[in-house]
Amino acid sequence: MTDMQATALSTPGLISPALADAPKISVIGTSAYLVEAPGDFDLPTQRRIWALAKAVETWSEVREIVPGVTNLLVILKQTPEEPDEVEARLRREWDRAHGIDLAGKTIEIPVTYGGEHATDLAAVCDFSGLNDREVVRLHSEGNYTVFALGSAPGFGYLHGLDPRIYMPRKTVPSLRMLKGTVTIGGMQTGVSVLTGPNGWNSIGFAELSVFDPARTPPALLAPGDKVRFLPERIEL
Amino acid sequence: MIEVLQTGPLNTVQDLGRFGYRNIGVTSSGAMDRLALTVGNLLLGNEEGAAALEIQTFPFRLRFEKDTVVAVTGADCDARLDGRPLPPWWAMPVSAGQVLELSTPLQSARAYLCLVGGLDVEPVMGSRSTSLRGGFGGLEGRFLAANDRLSIAEMQISAVPDGGFGAMPPEAALAAHFPAPEDGVLLVRAIPAGEYALFGDEAERFWTQTWKISSQSDRTGYRLSGAPIMLASPMEMRSHGVVPGVVQMPPAGEPIIQMSDANTAGGYPKIAGVAEVDLWRLGQARIGSCIRFIRSDVAEARAAEQAVKSYLDDIRRTVPMLAQALGAMSRR
Repeated sequence: MTDMQATALSTPGLISPALADAPKISVIGTSAYLVEAPGDFDLPTQRRIWALAKAVETWSEVREIVPGVTNLLVILKQTPEEPDEVEARLRREWDRAHGIDLAGKTIEIPVTYGGEHATDLAAVCDFSGLNDREVVRLHSEGNYTVFALGSAPGFGYLHGLDPRIYMPRKTVPSLRMLKGTVTIGGMQTGVSVLTGPNGWNSIGFAELSVFDPARTPPALLAPGDKVRFLPERIEL
Repeated sequence: MIEVLQTGPLNTVQDLGRFGYRNIGVTSSGAMDRLALTVGNLLLGNEEGAAALEIQTFPFRLRFEKDTVVAVTGADCDARLDGRPLPPWWAMPVSAGQVLELSTPLQSARAYLCLVGGLDVEPVMGSRSTSLRGGFGGLEGRFLAANDRLSIAEMQISAVPDGGFGAMPPEAALAAHFPAPEDGVLLVRAIPAGEYALFGDEAERFWTQTWKISSQSDRTGYRLSGAPIMLASPMEMRSHGVVPGVVQMPPAGEPIIQMSDANTAGGYPKIAGVAEVDLWRLGQARIGSCIRFIRSDVAEARAAEQAVKSYLDDIRRTVPMLAQALGAMSRR
């Protein structure tokens, strides 16, 4: 028995592990299936997730789909009789899924870099070995793509961070980070949409209303959108 | 209308939840004990998802400003109408001016006050549930305060006799399908989730030990305290969608169960997922009480779901017949 099989057998929650080009499929409870793409955190992988999402959302038994960062959560209307069959269908859809581009809009976000809300900028400089001007330059020159929304209403996970300013999430979150804080979390960046605890690293601030329940659609950002950060002010 | 006379924080308007918006980061919200809300509504002839009050801080008092029919389900909160006991899981006519009082429950956590027609608050994104985190839905996106007035949707009041009628509580009616507590410890069925194997031998203790629901628990999630369960090496996962019932394992090794106001995305390793059919029981578990996880599977969960469905179908079928028969008798 290979290591892979041993893992699968001892772990009923994990239906099948990720193989070379096969996704990892696991369950949360009885009717939510998480499909995690194999491979890197990159745009081609995400484009294939979007294709999978488009195919799966037409299934009659699907209640909701939640695209994540190189993964897709599929929530069924009820607990399936044959979980193996669901897994097999998801796998077939993945095999058929060719990456698609979503026709996204471009959103420009003016940012005040540094200043009182950028409490983690010094730590980012220490971690990267770059000075604050370099960190700001690299962050504001990036071309970002909205991979997915989640965690809070309208919050966008942005891909496209320069690896030189990668910064791991904090083990002890800031307790009261302000709505509008521009942050780096691992290889991602984003703008917080609620004031509250936050484990990402703050480097600036933006005035931005990304969510309004009375608007259609309520969220400003959508997967596939492009985001540019405009360094409106730099307070270093 | 109804007028809130006395309330603590965190009492909200809830229905069965807001679905279809998790992909833009909007939590489903909805009643913590969806079964109690459903039964209350069915007793009144409402749509099963009509909006009701979820009361989780007591004492709670309100005054009815018009004649209506109500049902209080869920927690054992010694409901009293003008000082006289209102039986639990019971549909009962009330008159304008009467005052309903709910006291701190002895065993469980959340009571549902359902009214004929349901609460008439404006639906937001398809639901009347309060999203406290998002600040929308329900009553202005906030919890109730004294002097709040809420309207009740207009609906024909069916012939409910003065003494009312009730349903057998699910704890009793479904006893065969839900494991009985052992020494006061609630048994909750769960299924291993994606990162279960990464906990190695430590994972076994997830099932064997008794966990305490800590005081840092609310509608968003229950934090459990007990001997920590650690990963062999720390890991950071890519953000992925999660659902209520997911049991996440933050670095400190004490589990968090996401509940009705669950985050829509997470990055912590997932050790298990609570079977959806058991979530209503967790919704009635009190802070400071203890739970143990039972390793379960889809077949067992489906059997329990079928039992819940038959129980609800039975109430749905019986209520109109009962109302008619009792109504005819009382008119005689």
